[in-house]
Amino acid sequence: MTAGPSDDKRDENTLAEGDVKTDEQHVAPNFFVGEADGGRLADNIMHFARVLRRAGLPVGPGKVLEAVKAVSAVGVSSRKDFYWTLHAVFVNRRDQREVFDQAFHFFWRNPNLLEKMMGMMLPSTKMDEAAAPPKDEMSRRVADALAGDKPGDEQDEASEPDEDLIEMDATLTFSRDEVLSEKDFEKMSSAELAEARSAIQKLTLPIRQVPNRRFQPHPQGRRVDMRATLREAARFGGDLAALKRRKHTRRPPPLVVLCDISGSMDRYARMLLHFMHALTNDRDRVHTFLFGTRLTNITRYLRYKDPDAAVDTISEAVEDWSGGTRIGHALHDFNVNWSRRVLGQGAVVILITDGLDREGAEGVAEEMERLHKSCRRLIWLNPLLRYDAYEPRAAGARAMMPHVDEFRAVHNLGSLAELAEALGKDASLSRREMARWRAAAA
Amino acid sequence: MTNSLPKNVDDTMTLLGEGNYVADRSLATALFLSLELKRPLFLEGEAGVGKTEIAKVLSNTLGRDLIRLQCYEGLDVSAAVYEWNYARQMLEIRMAEASGGADRQTLESELFSERFLTKRPILRALEPHAGGPPVLLIDELDRTDEPFEAFLLEVLSDYQVTVPEMGTVKAETPPLVIITSNRTREIHDAIKRRCFYYWVDYPNAEREFEILKIKAPNASEDLSRQIVAFVQKIRSLDLFKLPGVAETIDWAQALTQLDRLTLDPDTINDTLGTLLKYQDDIAKIQGSEAARILDEVKAEMSQKESV
Repeated sequence: MTAGPSDDKRDENTLAEGDVKTDEQHVAPNFFVGEADGGRLADNIMHFARVLRRAGLPVGPGKVLEAVKAVSAVGVSSRKDFYWTLHAVFVNRRDQREVFDQAFHFFWRNPNLLEKMMGMMLPSTKMDEAAAPPKDEMSRRVADALAGDKPGDEQDEASEPDEDLIEMDATLTFSRDEVLSEKDFEKMSSAELAEARSAIQKLTLPIRQVPNRRFQPHPQGRRVDMRATLREAARFGGDLAALKRRKHTRRPPPLVVLCDISGSMDRYARMLLHFMHALTNDRDRVHTFLFGTRLTNITRYLRYKDPDAAVDTISEAVEDWSGGTRIGHALHDFNVNWSRRVLGQGAVVILITDGLDREGAEGVAEEMERLHKSCRRLIWLNPLLRYDAYEPRAAGARAMMPHVDEFRAVHNLGSLAELAEALGKDASLSRREMARWRAAAA
Repeated sequence: MTNSLPKNVDDTMTLLGEGNYVADRSLATALFLSLELKRPLFLEGEAGVGKTEIAKVLSNTLGRDLIRLQCYEGLDVSAAVYEWNYARQMLEIRMAEASGGADRQTLESELFSERFLTKRPILRALEPHAGGPPVLLIDELDRTDEPFEAFLLEVLSDYQVTVPEMGTVKAETPPLVIITSNRTREIHDAIKRRCFYYWVDYPNAEREFEILKIKAPNASEDLSRQIVAFVQKIRSLDLFKLPGVAETIDWAQALTQLDRLTLDPDTINDTLGTLLKYQDDIAKIQGSEAARILDEVKAEMSQKESV
């Protein structure tokens, strides 16, 4: 929704600017000349593609050839057409448009400058373009890398919240501030790695496989597979036709994990991350989000095969470690921006949070209802029970309880194995439990 | 109407204009590229912004057949490409038995020949057509699953499909392929890489007004302007589902049917269901909020007039 009409205007403005510069400096690209300068234009397109690649767009050599073809098909008589021609070739996803836009306006203003400034491109365009979105992940990544490492807030893991603090959590004194900090997780030991693997192998999620609309051959299947039957019949000259059968295949539904990483969940953050990492690499169609005061999609980072590398990148990418919780806000963000994209095919949602909300559960009920209506099954895992007689009295928990299909609670979640066990509990047992939880929250 | 393929971006604009489609120049550029370089055009955008319409307009103005493949979960080769006509095949076997002549080899090769093939959209799109290569619309690709996407790779890059019993069928002239997606999930990069990508956005006020002039010609100019201004304002609000162009057109037509010449709060409340499709959203806008937005719209419009 950022590009479009306003873009058109900007194009024309920069077009005017670019032209003036061409006359004055004699260094700007004269790509308006067209065919006569084909070689140079091709070079420039190649350089431009390299810039895009550096900025994180998946631009391969094939794309460059295609871009050159496309440009010669459209011609280079107007800057606007040129823009949209390259756009059609290089941009693959909507969220790449902003990066493309920045790169285009910077590069095609004066590509000669670029050789020197390659590395500095994104930060300087950011200064150029006041309209650049503050949350653009890619720009921020490149910008961060170039600006040097900021000393992050030293949130020492050693000062782990002790018993008292947790008790206080349960009595609703939790952080009111949005703490922005980077997190420094210790590396996984090989013993832990082994434990994680075995826990994941044993893990049975409370999610049943759902029948698919595809078929597989099966001797006891309920449907006749005409195609296979006929082939078989033809093989024997058509005298005998033994019926071949098939049945619907089953596959696990897509899974979306929403995990709370606020201060009160701090001590579990590392373990949960490893859990999510293992889950993401174990099956397809898993999407993972973290939220504290804001929502971050970490699915892409979790695709790194090495768990430590994945966790390291996440700790850099996520900004609201151990801060407050705004459950309603984060869920709203998810509902508006992501639910249609990731809940499409009957996804199951696992929500991991303690239900302690710093904003007095404002908007939590509405957003939970919306989330519940958009997914196949909503499972809430609460890892922060201190004692058996837990009652969901906190405003956030009470607002959430009516809208979840299953509530899974763990006392003092210590290891991946415990987490796996909690998730693998028999579902029929939890149905009765669920009624009890709902009554308690009412 | 029969036109030849456009020669440049301006031609493409004219072509879309002839088909009563009001397009951005950026869209025309992407469409021209896809026609010129014979690559599929991948259109992504919210529901109701006119993605499917482009394919229809293209087939109308170019006088090509439109072949539509509506995607759904579990779409497989037998529904998308071809299926053998089992009844006829069985009949053939019986007849061969009755005459007693056919040996195994001939029967097998006979049974799996083109005579017994039921052609589905993709195979039909690859065949030669009288009016030139057809327009193949693969609608809502995000509704199907990954295996079907993977199957499409062969079709989209080489314009050919393989029928194991018969061999490979290749299009002499590739069809014009339009793929649409509502982005209910991400389509794999491998597909996108083979296409020209375009994100269809909501139109700006000016363009939306032009669209209304064409699609709802009976609405008075004042009404159309008010509708457009109102809808544009609503799109900036925090709603679960923003109204698309299709909804704007529906609303304009509904108001025309009700013989309204201008908007008033009561009418808006009564007809809001054509514009917003979620109860939460309707509840949010209905009543005082609608009246407030309408006041803003009217104030802005009178300001413009006085200038």
